[in-house]
Parts: sequence; C-alpha cells; structure tokens
Amino acid sequence: MNAAEPLARRITYRDALRDALREALLRDPNVFLMGEDIGRYGGCFAVTKGLLEEFGEARIRDAPLSESAFVGAGIGAALGGMRPIVEIMTVNFSLLALDQILNTAATLCHMSGGQCSVPLVIRMATGAGRQVGAQHSHSLEGWYSHIPGLRIVTPATIDDAAGMLKAALAYRDPVIMFEHMNLYNMQGELTAPAANVDIERAIVRRAGRDVSLITYGASLFKCLSAAEQLAASGVEAEVIDLRTLRPLDQQTVTESVQRTHRAIVVDEGWRSVGIAAEISARLMEHVFYELDAPVQRVCSVEVPVPYAKHMEEAALPQVAHIISAVEAMLAHDK
Amino acid sequence: MTSEFRMPTLGPDMESGTLVAWQVKPGDTVKHGDIVAQVETDKGVIDVEIFAAGTVQKLLVEPGAHVPVGTVLAQLSGEEPTDVTSAVPERINEIEPARVAPAAALPTLPPAVQKRQKISPAARARAHALGIDISRVTGTGAGAVVTLEDINRLAVRSAPATARPSADQVHDMRRVIGKAMSRSKREIPHYYLSMDCCFSKARSWLEQHNSSASIEQRLLPSALLLKAVALAAHALPDFNGYYKDEAFVPSSDVHVGMAIAMRGGRLVAPAILNGDQKSLPAIMSELRDLATRVRAGHMRATELALSTITVTSLAEEGVGSLMPIIYPPQVAIVGFGSILEQPWVVGGAVCVAPVIAISLAADHRVTDGRAGARFLRHIHDALQAPEAL
Repeated sequence: MNAAEPLARRITYRDALRDALREALLRDPNVFLMGEDIGRYGGCFAVTKGLLEEFGEARIRDAPLSESAFVGAGIGAALGGMRPIVEIMTVNFSLLALDQILNTAATLCHMSGGQCSVPLVIRMATGAGRQVGAQHSHSLEGWYSHIPGLRIVTPATIDDAAGMLKAALAYRDPVIMFEHMNLYNMQGELTAPAANVDIERAIVRRAGRDVSLITYGASLFKCLSAAEQLAASGVEAEVIDLRTLRPLDQQTVTESVQRTHRAIVVDEGWRSVGIAAEISARLMEHVFYELDAPVQRVCSVEVPVPYAKHMEEAALPQVAHIISAVEAMLAHDK
Repeated sequence: MTSEFRMPTLGPDMESGTLVAWQVKPGDTVKHGDIVAQVETDKGVIDVEIFAAGTVQKLLVEPGAHVPVGTVLAQLSGEEPTDVTSAVPERINEIEPARVAPAAALPTLPPAVQKRQKISPAARARAHALGIDISRVTGTGAGAVVTLEDINRLAVRSAPATARPSADQVHDMRRVIGKAMSRSKREIPHYYLSMDCCFSKARSWLEQHNSSASIEQRLLPSALLLKAVALAAHALPDFNGYYKDEAFVPSSDVHVGMAIAMRGGRLVAPAILNGDQKSLPAIMSELRDLATRVRAGHMRATELALSTITVTSLAEEGVGSLMPIIYPPQVAIVGFGSILEQPWVVGGAVCVAPVIAISLAADHRVTDGRAGARFLRHIHDALQAPEAL
C-alpha cells in the first residue's frame, strides 16, 4: 500500500479529459465550456458527455456553427474575467477561427502593453488515421506553434490528459490543447496527481543510448512500439514526448541528443516547414557538434491525407518507417 | 589569431594526465603533426602531436603538473597573413563595382560538390580531443562517413603502451588481440601460400652497401623485406586495404604495419606510412625509430591504427616459416621466417645459400591462390634485384 495507490485506476483518455473539465468547473465558478454540440450531444468525441446535466446550460454552452463567433466570444469572456474553455471539434474547423486566435487572442496582451491578457483555453481534436478524408485529417499543430503569444500543448498520455487542463488554466495567456483523435479510446492507468503535471517540460518516456526519437501526441506510441522492437535487436532508442510544442523545451531534447548523438523527429504533420523541421533546425543550432549523423524526419507524405485505408496508412508515419529510419541511421560496417 | 593547445584525451578512459616534458619553447614554430610534449597517463608516456600550426606564445603548465583533460597547456598564435595592411583596401576596391556582371563574364566557379571526407561533427570533436589525425581514418558509417564509432574503435586499438606494463594492461592487450584474432578466424576465409626465396643477392648487396655506409646508415634485411612488401602491395592493390560492408575497399596509400612483440606478452603493429614511396635508408631509420619508441612506449596514435597490410617476422627466434593470421579489416599479412643456410640448387648443382621462407595469408573473399602466388612472386623478384629497391 502506498499513497499513489488510489490513483491507479483504469480509465480512458476521454474519461481523463472529462474528469479534468469537471474538476475545473467544480473548482472555479468562472470556468465555463463552450463549443459545437458539447451540451445536449455530449461532444463530437463524447468528452463533455453528462456535463450539461450536471452543470446546466449557463456553464455548458452549445454554440452555433460559427467557429469565428464562439472563439471570439470566448476571447471576450476571458478579457472580461471569465475562464472559458472552448472546444473546437477538430483542428480542421479551427481554420475558420484562425483570425480570432492569431489576430486577437495571441496579440492582445502584447498590443495592450500587458493590460489585457486572454486566459483562454481552446481544446481541439487533431490528426489522421480514421479514414475521414483529406479535409478532416489535418495535423496543424505546427501552424499554431508558429505563433508567439500562444502556448501549444499536446497531451499524449492519460496522466497528461488528466493534468494538462489544470496547468493550462493557471496561465494568463491563451493555451491551445491538441488531442489526437486516435487517443480518446486509449485505456490506461492514471498514475500522477494533476498537481504534478506541468506544461513546461518535455519528458523522456523511454531511456536509450543509441538514438533519440523526438515526438509528441499519438506518434509517441508508434515511437515506443518501434523502440520496443528495436530493443530486440540490441538498439536502444530514447523516446522523448515534447508535450508542449510552444514554447519548446530545448533542454530535454539537447540533453538527450548529447547522450545518443543521433536524432529522428517523428511527427504526423507534413514534412516540410513543420515541427520536425523546427526541431531539426534547433538541433543544428544547439548540438551540431554532438551529432554523429544527420537529423532525420519521419513525417506524413506531402499529399492531402488519402481516404482509402491502405493509402492513408502509407501516407502517415508508421512503426515500420521509424524502425527503417533508425536502422539506416545506425548502419555501420563492422 | 591565437589558439590553445589543451591536454588531449589519449585513451577512452583518460580523465587527466601528467605533463612530463615540453618539446617546444615559446617562440618555436609548430606545424600540424609536430610532437610538442610528452604526457604520462595510466597507460604510459605518450608523445603528443599538435594539429594546429602557429608559433608557441606561452607555456602555461610546468612539467610535472597533473591536470585534467581539456586544460589549456599552451597558447599559440596562428599564422598571420603576410601583408595585412595592403590586403584590406584591395578587398574593398574589389567589392566597389556593384553592377552585376553579365553571365558570360562570370569566372568559372569551382564545382559546389567537391570530394570531401565525410566526418560526423561528433566524430570530429572526439578525434580532436584524442589527438587523432582524422584525415587518415577510414569511415565505416553509411556512405563511408567517419562516425564516433570509428574514432572510438581507433582509440581502443591505438591505446598506447607503457614501458612497464601492469598485469591488467597485459591482460587488456591479450583481450584485444584475442578479440581481433578470433574475429579474423571466424570471419575471414584465410588461404595460405609459401615461397622459398634465395637471399644471397640481397645479402651481397646489403654487405656491399653497409661496407661503405656509416653505422647509422647501415641497412638490415628487414628494411629490404618491408620495402619489397610495400611495392608488391602497391602493384597488386587487391592485397592492400580493408574489407568492410561485404566488400573490399582498396587503399590508395600503402601503410605496412610491422608486428612488434613487446615485453610482457604484448604485441603492436605500428605502420611505416607510404613505405612504397620511401627510400631504403628512410625506411631503415623509421624502423629504428619505431623499435626504440615501442620499447619506450612512445607511440603515436596515428601510426598504430592505419596499417593497410601487415608484416610479421619471427626471424630472430629461428622459426623457418610461419602461417600468420590476418588483422581485420585488412585482407593480407606477410610472414618472414629466419634467413637460414640451406641446400639450394643453382644451375643443376647443389650449393649452400641463405634462404628465407616468405608466407602469405590472404582473404579468400578478395583474392584467390593465383593472385596470392603473383603477390609472393612480386616480393621474391624484388628481393632478387635489391639495387632497384
């Protein structure tokens, strides 16, 4: 028996998010949720299911189908002292609210000389792999990570799903939380109290000496699976979950590559001009003299994500791609 | 421009070292490869080469001082441009015409892709720290890149020897030799050939040469043998190089390693670099120098790891012939037995002549017996015309 025991219960990623939302609503009367179909329908991914019944329409607000309008309303509420948590169904639709996010939420603190901060949390689903076609399969975390004034977080684990919201609500600036669609049904044990979850640091999810696999979100599990298979042939891959894409925790990445001297970035976004490109550039800037091989990227093929299952699989980073990249990097004449 | 000379890492485990002596003083000009100091580590006293050029400005550490790796030992000033004052305005004048020259008037630009040794940044840094001349390292990474692994392997292979080896060090060296030889026997399909060679012409030539030479310039048979092997390796490049990645990569340089047994059951094979291009007196003096330094434990990291082919001899032990084991990733090793007085048939009559057995162990993946026979024949014939060596 130890103190952590009561935490170790098996829940889904979705449950972890819902529990976190519930706790936030209970803790602070200024917190309210807003988004499409989050009330009566329970949320496109059923994350907010049951919350309308528990908290009522004033705090669980179904919004009209206008991302620009309800994200704008969320920004206004935040400026007015509320702590809105806005859900955008998926990153695909967030483009309709991009003006509000980029031109208003991200800039107001700066333009008001620090007088008007926007403590807004926006949650949205992201990613591909569910055969929902090119328009509904985007991974645009990299786009948002380009914008100063935003904090971009990507919970990949049950603990992070449960704890990152609380950490996000503690910030006075807008935080965007990207939840990969394929993770909602993932089951796991909650092991860390929410109080221990930060949105500052990347984390080493698996230690290894031969290569650093740098990733985030659902790709984390592909990397862990690749690392597991590589271990069978004696290759020890270190797996880093970036967790926060902006601001990036350079130190954790740097230290890892100083140990392994090799790095592969695994990212479901398109290869060019994305997060993987950014990480790669930073490795050049920070650890060039530690590198024993050129940094590699395992990313999505640069096409609109196909609908057909076999083609969608071929377009996205897969465990086999990661393993091949590692093996090619380690290839050596004995 | 000033640069710093630091305490190098002379072995993978070295954390600190004692400066035994300086070989330079302030004001001296040094160039790449010069030995500037002797450093004592737990592995022995090692001659430390410098890889920068310039003038020694100041020695910062006194002999006898024990300092950590990376400590600045001396300051150097770099080579200055010959005429700084006149160079600057000229440059400015060159830049002034701002108009873009028509394409036809542009000088031919050198090709952007030039053949350049590929070295990973980490490998370069490690080689620098270890004092290894990276231009002589063969890369085994994908695309022949020199990687950390190559440098680390070299550092282990060239771990310098001491004059008074401890039991542990002997044990370590036995382990290293054991590993290399086991790998050789496991992986390399050896074939063995042997050829007897009459040494009387070579002996007469040596006697004649030595009778008019000063003691320092006298030649020993080993110089002839080594030169003959170097020339054969140059002429038949399939015996000179490395087998890696399921393929043989010939070396354009011939570096003949000389297996030298040391006291305490240890064995090293430092190389005579580019022996095919050196004169006999030059090879002899290098051999003398090597023998002295090996006994004293003063070996340079570079010369221990670059052999492209090896020669071994048990002549002093009275051994008639020997069947040596290839030192991987090399593909051939030549063995010389003792020069023994033996019956030898000349023109249908038996006489007594000095005879040496030359043997070859070679990698059957690269060459076969016919090629091996040609290789031995090449050495044999070279020894019949010693004046041409």
